[in-house]
Amino acid sequence: MKIFILPQKRGDWSETKTLCQKGKDWIINEIKVSELRGRGGAGFPTGLKWSFAPKEIGTKPHYLVINADESEPGTCKDRDILRFEPHKLIEGCLLTSYAVNAHKCFIYIRGEYVNEGKKLQKAIDEAYEKKLIGKNASETGWDLDIYIHYGAGAYICGEETALLESLEGKKGQPRLKPPFPALIGLYGCPTIINNVETIAVVPTILRRGAKWFTSIGKPKNTGTKIFCISGNVNKPCNVEEEMGISLKELIEVHAGGVVGGWENLQAVIPGGSSMPLLPKKICETITMDFDSLIKEKSGLGTAGIVVINKDQDIIKCMARIARFYKHESCGQCTPCREGSGWMWRMLERMAKGESSKDEVDMLMDVTKQIEGHTICAFGEGSAWPVQGLLRHFKKEITKRNNFDPLIKTNKNIPYLVDQHLLDKENVKS
Amino acid sequence: MTIKKVSKEQPDKFEFNSKNLVLAKNILKNYPDGKQQSAVMALLYLAQKQNENWIPLIAMKYIAKFLDMPYIKVYEVATFYSMYNLAPVGNYFIQVCTTTPCMIRGAYDLVKTCKEKISEKQNEVSHEGKCSWVEVECLGACVNAPMMQINDDYYEDLDNEKMEKIINQILTGNKPEPGSYRGRKNSEPEENRKTLLDVRNA
Repeated sequence: MKIFILPQKRGDWSETKTLCQKGKDWIINEIKVSELRGRGGAGFPTGLKWSFAPKEIGTKPHYLVINADESEPGTCKDRDILRFEPHKLIEGCLLTSYAVNAHKCFIYIRGEYVNEGKKLQKAIDEAYEKKLIGKNASETGWDLDIYIHYGAGAYICGEETALLESLEGKKGQPRLKPPFPALIGLYGCPTIINNVETIAVVPTILRRGAKWFTSIGKPKNTGTKIFCISGNVNKPCNVEEEMGISLKELIEVHAGGVVGGWENLQAVIPGGSSMPLLPKKICETITMDFDSLIKEKSGLGTAGIVVINKDQDIIKCMARIARFYKHESCGQCTPCREGSGWMWRMLERMAKGESSKDEVDMLMDVTKQIEGHTICAFGEGSAWPVQGLLRHFKKEITKRNNFDPLIKTNKNIPYLVDQHLLDKENVKS
Repeated sequence: MTIKKVSKEQPDKFEFNSKNLVLAKNILKNYPDGKQQSAVMALLYLAQKQNENWIPLIAMKYIAKFLDMPYIKVYEVATFYSMYNLAPVGNYFIQVCTTTPCMIRGAYDLVKTCKEKISEKQNEVSHEGKCSWVEVECLGACVNAPMMQINDDYYEDLDNEKMEKIINQILTGNKPEPGSYRGRKNSEPEENRKTLLDVRNA
């Protein structure tokens, strides 16, 4: 049982019983006081979310669902938790399940993480064997069963209601909210859904106290966060750091600096592909926490930092992100299904310099038509990176695409879908 | 949304072998009574594994019967999710990630190598069924970009030369070693660790 000594050496599974004995209200309150915000992207206060679940079990059972469907480009933090700290997650599952009255917990892990899933299953088996979960888990008198459910390569299943649909064996198409999953979720029962990183930090907060947690980071943006620094840096890596650390420090100290030096930096995507990029000027001073990034019209998201240096074509990079969203749109709402394709095709043409002048504003218009007109936040996720590009790199685009379409003088065509094709032929050279 | 082509050549019989039948029945136990539809994704994986990494239509019909749900619902699920192959793939099924974080570190060089070494087009089985390749969206190992997945394993920190070596190994029938190809440990910064210094194997 050499493998098993490790989690306890790391402090996992100690005092689990005492923590539970302090009561459900104490646990929820402690998490509320700690100001822990969800690590899955939206940054919703975790304690508040838990308090939405009914206090007593009614006619329907409660469920806890862990979102391990990590698919946001630039993010690979949950993978490391699943691989190397599965017991932190499992202990977090027990404490959370106890607090929200759930006897069953599903971990929805993305299908590509086969090996990570195997490691997690091994840890779950170990926990069952040691009676840490199962009947009378850790002698708390609480029964808990944990199951792994594999996804199958759909980005949209990271959205909580799409995840529930997928868990029920359907296509992963998001549901309308309200009703929120806390009241009507999996199989129509009250369900709490949290990200892996959120749940994995819960035992440590309870053990060390909310005060300790709030002493790290900034007010309302407390604790630590795993940052994934990828792209054009010398030493791309995952690193756990304090919230509110400066972006420059993260890149220079932990990731070994930008390839070609800091001056060679072009832009940074601060929180996974769906967050608008930041130009170099803002990167100099920005700190990495939810609120200061929102002030710059971006967001912390999942803290997947993608560094883009000046050797890259920024329009091409964004066009590739637009293609990702076109590929991953679930197809339920028209603005997103059609719009994501439009944005991709327009950006591809802009990268080649084949767009006309007024199309740049048209692209902005398309993003505005998608944003806020869809069931889930995927619409925003696909529109924001394009808006970010237009906000900070409009000059670059107009420099490359500055011709006027001749079609203006010949307006007897009432409606033409592929107008750009004509524009290209009729272009004034 | 992607359009997935269903193979024109379909076998006319499919049923779980005894080992998978036990597994399938165990999976059903994970979900509450009457909610057996939840198991459809797991059963499709089993079918895919049993049938040389792709799912024929007859298997979907079999699963529909197995779970007492309409065939079209199984078909919907199998076509919605990108990891279910509806047409034959190579024994070594190579998925190259080309989303932005991988792209800016040279993922399209890997694609070029695939085109040269395996087949001009994606999803074409070549070298007597040994391999096929496909371009996929983010596989969630961005810190180890560029990377690819062969069957279940991740191959990370690649470049053109290493890619060629791996493909050569596959073509000669050896399974290449998964993991980082720059010799680094998982996702930690190479020779630049600044955190958790007291833990040897963090």
